[in-house]
Amino acid sequence: MAILFKTTKQLESQIDEFLDAVGEGALVFRHGVDDYLNGDQKNFKQRIEMIAKLESKADDLRRTIENQLYTHTLIPEHRGDVLGILESTDEVMDTMKETLFQFDVEVPDIPDDLTSYYKELTAMSVSAVDVLIYAIRAFFKEVSAVKNHLHKVMFYEKEADRIGDNLKREAFKMDIELAHKFHLRYFALHIQNVSDRAEDVSDRLSIYTIKRTI
Amino acid sequence: MLLIFLSSGIFLGWSLGANDAANVFGSAVATRMLRFKTAALICGFFVIIGAVVSGAGTSETLGVLGSVNALAGAFMVAMAAAVTVFWMTRLGIPVSTSQAIVGAIIGWNLYTGSPTDWGSLKKIVLTWIASPLLAAIVAMALYSFYRITIRRIKIHLLSVDRFLRIGLILAGAFGSYSLGANNIANVMGVFVPVTPFTEFDLFGLVTLSGVEQLFFIGGVAIAIGVYTYSRKVMETVGGSLLKLSPDAALIVVLAQAIVLFVFASKELEQWLLSHGLPAFPLVPVSSSQAIIGGVIGIGLMKGARAIKFRVFGQIASGWVTTPIIACIITFFSLFFLQNVFNQQVSKKMIYMIDENFISYSRQVNCYDPGLEELEDRSFYNITRFKDEIERRTSLNGEQIERVANLARIEKFLIDADLLNTRIHSDMLSTEQLEALRKHKSKTFNHRWELLNALEQESDSWRLKPDLSQNAEYNRELENRRNQILTIFKLANH
Repeated sequence: MAILFKTTKQLESQIDEFLDAVGEGALVFRHGVDDYLNGDQKNFKQRIEMIAKLESKADDLRRTIENQLYTHTLIPEHRGDVLGILESTDEVMDTMKETLFQFDVEVPDIPDDLTSYYKELTAMSVSAVDVLIYAIRAFFKEVSAVKNHLHKVMFYEKEADRIGDNLKREAFKMDIELAHKFHLRYFALHIQNVSDRAEDVSDRLSIYTIKRTI
Repeated sequence: MLLIFLSSGIFLGWSLGANDAANVFGSAVATRMLRFKTAALICGFFVIIGAVVSGAGTSETLGVLGSVNALAGAFMVAMAAAVTVFWMTRLGIPVSTSQAIVGAIIGWNLYTGSPTDWGSLKKIVLTWIASPLLAAIVAMALYSFYRITIRRIKIHLLSVDRFLRIGLILAGAFGSYSLGANNIANVMGVFVPVTPFTEFDLFGLVTLSGVEQLFFIGGVAIAIGVYTYSRKVMETVGGSLLKLSPDAALIVVLAQAIVLFVFASKELEQWLLSHGLPAFPLVPVSSSQAIIGGVIGIGLMKGARAIKFRVFGQIASGWVTTPIIACIITFFSLFFLQNVFNQQVSKKMIYMIDENFISYSRQVNCYDPGLEELEDRSFYNITRFKDEIERRTSLNGEQIERVANLARIEKFLIDADLLNTRIHSDMLSTEQLEALRKHKSKTFNHRWELLNALEQESDSWRLKPDLSQNAEYNRELENRRNQILTIFKLANH
């Protein structure tokens, strides 16, 4: 029994660490995109390394937590839900890492007129992830507060969509090659993807929250 | 021979373990918060403790309901109850052992023409309604308290899980203890008047009385039932009526344990009485009913839609049919046992109105000149005896009942040998012992005759007025008086 109680304490801190990693990942992602747009290649490369490390740390933590939950049959009622939350949050992290890597691989040529759009879009997507982390922490500790955070996730996701839309309209109005336009749109979609994934998690979270409160 | 007769009690204990342990730990195991092995170990251990330590209170009530006075009769009563419980369990209906045994005792009363004590029966039947209601109320109160607390203190989901596990273990242990204390009377109660065991000293540490040994055996039988057969019931009981979450499971178990405890604890009764509060009667209530009450309580808190009322109806109809089935089975199997196997299922009772009785009846306010017409006639059937009194006197129903009880012939002899061997100095006060010695070698035809003689000799044998502050003293004295009656009663009378 005593071992079991030690495990739950440990798991609580591991879940916290996992969420910390995702939160930090979001900050690194935002700075990474900014660095790329500002042409600061040195810092950009460092951010890529950082996000890769954080992503693999989050992956490891997620696996350990899931293993522990199942081997010790902890929270039998909610472990499926917790698993769902952890895995979908991990996907948010993956999307951020992938996007930053794509900047590095494809080196998109961003016209100066559009950089502010990209920065704003990134800021919105990252805000969605930030608020999501609050919501997840609340799910574990104060379930009645989850709703307060979730509606903000929706808000930031819609904002990201709106800005992405404007960005694409601007890009397609420009006098550049069609392939270039496609490339710009492609990166807008990548960044938007981050807030979309965050929204997926928040959708799950709202259902799980209802389940926990009735 | 003894073991053969006791076997039906052991069988009943086993079915109770299989069936009722599921009530205590079913939801914890079904929600996978506890492993079956852990649950069974805790349950078995605490059931035995509860049975031996505080099983006596409820046995007295059952003893009053109908005093099954022959071993073969007790065997059949327990057997009929066990068969009913086992059969209903197979049908998947969470049946009440308490109801089965009460039904079976009434079956014995009917078959042997013994009187049923309607006061006790009324008390018992009322608790069948009261206990699920009380469990529902307790569960609702606990659940609202839990919800408010969990909202106030921000606590991690995993910590909640940890506390729930500790809670389920503690509540389960408490529930098992209460189950043992409250329901052992169902299993072994009918054997109490015919117990063949004498006092037993365990390595000089504890002394187990005959009844306690009987309860220990019953407790072990329940524990074996838990180990061997309760797993399946536990796993199905969880989700049948309402799917319970682990926190709701904890509350239901707690509510059930509290209800069983208040109907079993002598200490609580004394405490309530000493504070001038009304006490709960000590009656074997059904753990199944308490659990169902608790589940319904939680269901109502969550909005009644969650409850499967069809299942509830099925279960509640079982509450009506169980005592009736047990009663019918007992009645017919007693007939079989007596006529085919030639076993004595009850002792013959003789009722006679003698000179002493006539003068005593004036004291207890049941005198009627018509009684004198019946003087020195023996009756072997209580119903015929009562009819005769009714015809010749103007006594009312309650008085007739009293006369019938008082006119029963039981032979007592204050045997000098028994006085030296069975009466220890720490059992009685000097005054009491002195009074008893004065009647050495005398015989008595009725229990009240012996008790009267003792009371006249010394006030230390007299009960105090029936007031709440005297309840403890009177109970103690009543126990001693009963002990004396048991020791000096002549066999076959």
